[in-house]
Amino acid sequence: MAHSGINVLFAGHNFARLMGGLWTSVWIAALSILFGGILGILFGFLRTRSNRLVKLIFRLYLEFFRIVPTVVLLFLVYYILPRQFNVNWPGTWMAVLAFTLWVAAEYSDIVRGALESVPKHQIEAGEALGLNDRQLFWYVSLPQAFQLALPGTINLATRVIKTTSLLMLISVMDVINIGQQIIEANNNEHPTTVFWVYGLIFILYFIVDYPLSWWERRLRKNSKEVK
Amino acid sequence: MSWSVIVQSLPTFEKALWVTIWMSAVGIALAALVGLIVSLAEYFRVPVLRQVLTVYAEVARNTPLLLQLFFLYYAFPVLGWKMSATACGIVGLTFLGGAYMADGFTGGFEGVSKTQIESGKALGMSDWQLARYVVFPQGLALSVPAFAANVIFLIKETSIFSVVAIPELTNTALDLIGLYYRSNEYLLVLVLAYAVILIPVILFLDWLERRVRHGAFGN
Repeated sequence: MAHSGINVLFAGHNFARLMGGLWTSVWIAALSILFGGILGILFGFLRTRSNRLVKLIFRLYLEFFRIVPTVVLLFLVYYILPRQFNVNWPGTWMAVLAFTLWVAAEYSDIVRGALESVPKHQIEAGEALGLNDRQLFWYVSLPQAFQLALPGTINLATRVIKTTSLLMLISVMDVINIGQQIIEANNNEHPTTVFWVYGLIFILYFIVDYPLSWWERRLRKNSKEVK
Repeated sequence: MSWSVIVQSLPTFEKALWVTIWMSAVGIALAALVGLIVSLAEYFRVPVLRQVLTVYAEVARNTPLLLQLFFLYYAFPVLGWKMSATACGIVGLTFLGGAYMADGFTGGFEGVSKTQIESGKALGMSDWQLARYVVFPQGLALSVPAFAANVIFLIKETSIFSVVAIPELTNTALDLIGLYYRSNEYLLVLVLAYAVILIPVILFLDWLERRVRHGAFGN
């Protein structure tokens, strides 16, 4: 019995289809991290420089994403874009949009935290050398903030990758959706299919996510030892 | 946007609100317990148990809750382990949350300053006394920010329970949208319902963080 279930994974194009689904999840995650990262850096930078009103607006933006679960966010985009704005994008792009807005919010906070954590004496030393504001930002604040923000960045990336598991809810053909199709097609004949398909997807997510979280942990450990 | 649609849906949402609240509360309490056990095994370097729990934590942290739930709900019955959807939700949240909580507590224990531990040793404290009177009180205080972040994270993760048809907030909203096609109204109530739960929790946790900051000596 158990034997027949595991065979389903490699029957026909099943394995290739699952990998194709995984690829969809990965590139949606990658694009969201890229776009959200750029926006997040911009927002984070603005939050350290702007006046109170701008700060408040960004703060509210962040708090909104702190409160609304990502599942709900996906559905907000999925229902509101077509009905209110007549935008009929495919599910994949709606997912990229929802994830980008979420990543931008969380990342702006990481960037702001990192920029504010660059030691004051570093900035003052730069000023003493006669660097102007722009030089201070590019040569002093940014490189050091980048290092401070790196573990948080990787952590966010691992969470985005895990959150791609929600894509099936807005009918994107991701790895889980394809897995469900394979289960539906085979489970009557081979009742253990469900176990092997979900087991494989489980392992796939672990393989993608684990190296990143391992890297994050190493970075955090190293920075502790430096202190 | 129709006001009457919103008002009519409120009793249904109220029921769902309580489902989300009690499942979050039970799941978070159990997750904190599991997290504490894992971090204690790590702190006391308990052989074997420590390695086993580390593997558990890595698996739990690096896989999505949705798949963990699918596994519990759809795949485990194949092995003869059947659980209700609610039980799956609680077990899933505990499984995922335990790993995150363990990380937070371990981070707290490791954050206790070396001078504190060395002072304890200089006073002739035993390993247990050191843990009981020096590391745990300060370490737990230090882990409050991570604990707070985990609580908020886990409450939001209960929205994923909707995939195994637990009638919590998100599932209820999606059901209503499916029945009456009033997506704007129901999504608004849904977002507000999460705000009703999370804003007091966030305020309480902020207060708690400020309070225990006094416990973080030497930092």
